[in-house]
Amino acid sequence: MVTIDKNMDTVAVWQLLREVHDPEVPVLSILDLGIVRDIRVVQPGSGQPAPGTSQLEIVITPTYSGCPAMDMIRQQIANTLEQHGYGHVRITTVLSPAWTTEWMSQEGKDKLKAYGIAPPNPLQQVCQIRPFHREEAVQCPHCGSYHTTLISEFGSTACKALYKCVDCREPFDYFKCH
Amino acid sequence: MTQPTALIQYTLHLADDGLILGHRNSEWTGRGPILEQDIALSNIALDLIGQARNFYQYAAGLINVSGQPGHPVTEDQLAYLRDGWDFRNCLLVEQGNGDWARTILRQFLFSAYQTALYEKLAQSRDKTLAAIGAKSYKEVVYHLRWSSEWVIRLGDGTEESHTRMNNALDELWKFTGELHTAVPYERETAAKGISPDLSTLRPQWEEKVKEVFDEAGISYPPSVWMQTGGKEGRHTEHLGYVLAEMQFLQRAYPGCEW
Repeated sequence: MVTIDKNMDTVAVWQLLREVHDPEVPVLSILDLGIVRDIRVVQPGSGQPAPGTSQLEIVITPTYSGCPAMDMIRQQIANTLEQHGYGHVRITTVLSPAWTTEWMSQEGKDKLKAYGIAPPNPLQQVCQIRPFHREEAVQCPHCGSYHTTLISEFGSTACKALYKCVDCREPFDYFKCH
Repeated sequence: MTQPTALIQYTLHLADDGLILGHRNSEWTGRGPILEQDIALSNIALDLIGQARNFYQYAAGLINVSGQPGHPVTEDQLAYLRDGWDFRNCLLVEQGNGDWARTILRQFLFSAYQTALYEKLAQSRDKTLAAIGAKSYKEVVYHLRWSSEWVIRLGDGTEESHTRMNNALDELWKFTGELHTAVPYERETAAKGISPDLSTLRPQWEEKVKEVFDEAGISYPPSVWMQTGGKEGRHTEHLGYVLAEMQFLQRAYPGCEW
């Protein structure tokens, strides 16, 4: 059992959360995604099993409002920390500030590309409303060509769009900038 | 039972709009004209239902601390166990899917409204509504762009697609006035700085609709009589069918989970 007090160092907890992966894009950890916003030490609320001891609170934010992976991610965070002796942790969801792909780590972007998913371009002015207005060229994760074309703005999950490489002819997912 | 506060009614109104349109769109899942667009509309449904959940969770919390009689409510009870007259969604979102043109036009007219609404809701004096508004805004921007492109594609496409888009406009236009007509709880939340004044959204909506109709070769309709009532629980006959299907499981097997 890990002792949790208000002076506790949370570095080890951050390290452990590297083991929790996005169930829909399993190559990414939740830290790569940037959805863990904070780790705090709090006093437990009423009805908690061990009054007087402090408790860990993990603050997360969803990528998209309807992301169906959030419940599983919460469960996996709780399981991972419990297995490592942190007891019952509190998991809080916040919506503000809204998640953005700017919070994805460089390591995460590299892993995505190696996995065959084009990582998000840096956030730009063209994430906007004009019809038939396209983002700047998305690089094919297979052959590296920028000669690619959009098939659909909506892909296999809310966070991805579907592209095709004109040079190597392979279709691929693009983790769209958001 | 005491009358729910304007904030509760307004939050439920936002939630119901998202849930009902999300449910309507989900009726296309597995039946879209081509796979990519089936997936697109299903993703839009997912966004809308996700946004609705955030609003329902907030409404449930407000109801539970307001000391109203009855058990504590949950987001699921608000979605699955209220009757038609309790739903406060706009009439536009409950209209039947019809053909692809009607589904597209319904989405476009509503996305143009939601984009303007959420952009301003992000500045709400209510911190939770502001947070949901800011997050949802980023999502509905995609919906607006996608549906705009389809309105243009169909309006400016073949004679058949152009005719269908015009037929859809005849069916749906009379429900757009409600988007711009505030009901008492909206006037109250607007006066408190909780929600935007609807009259401030209208110019942006009209400009967007005119711009896309122009490109699609569709004439912007003249002023006509507008049907309203949904935001106060007076619905068209279509909502009952949506609820009968959507709520069946929870009504037949209360509390069922899987």
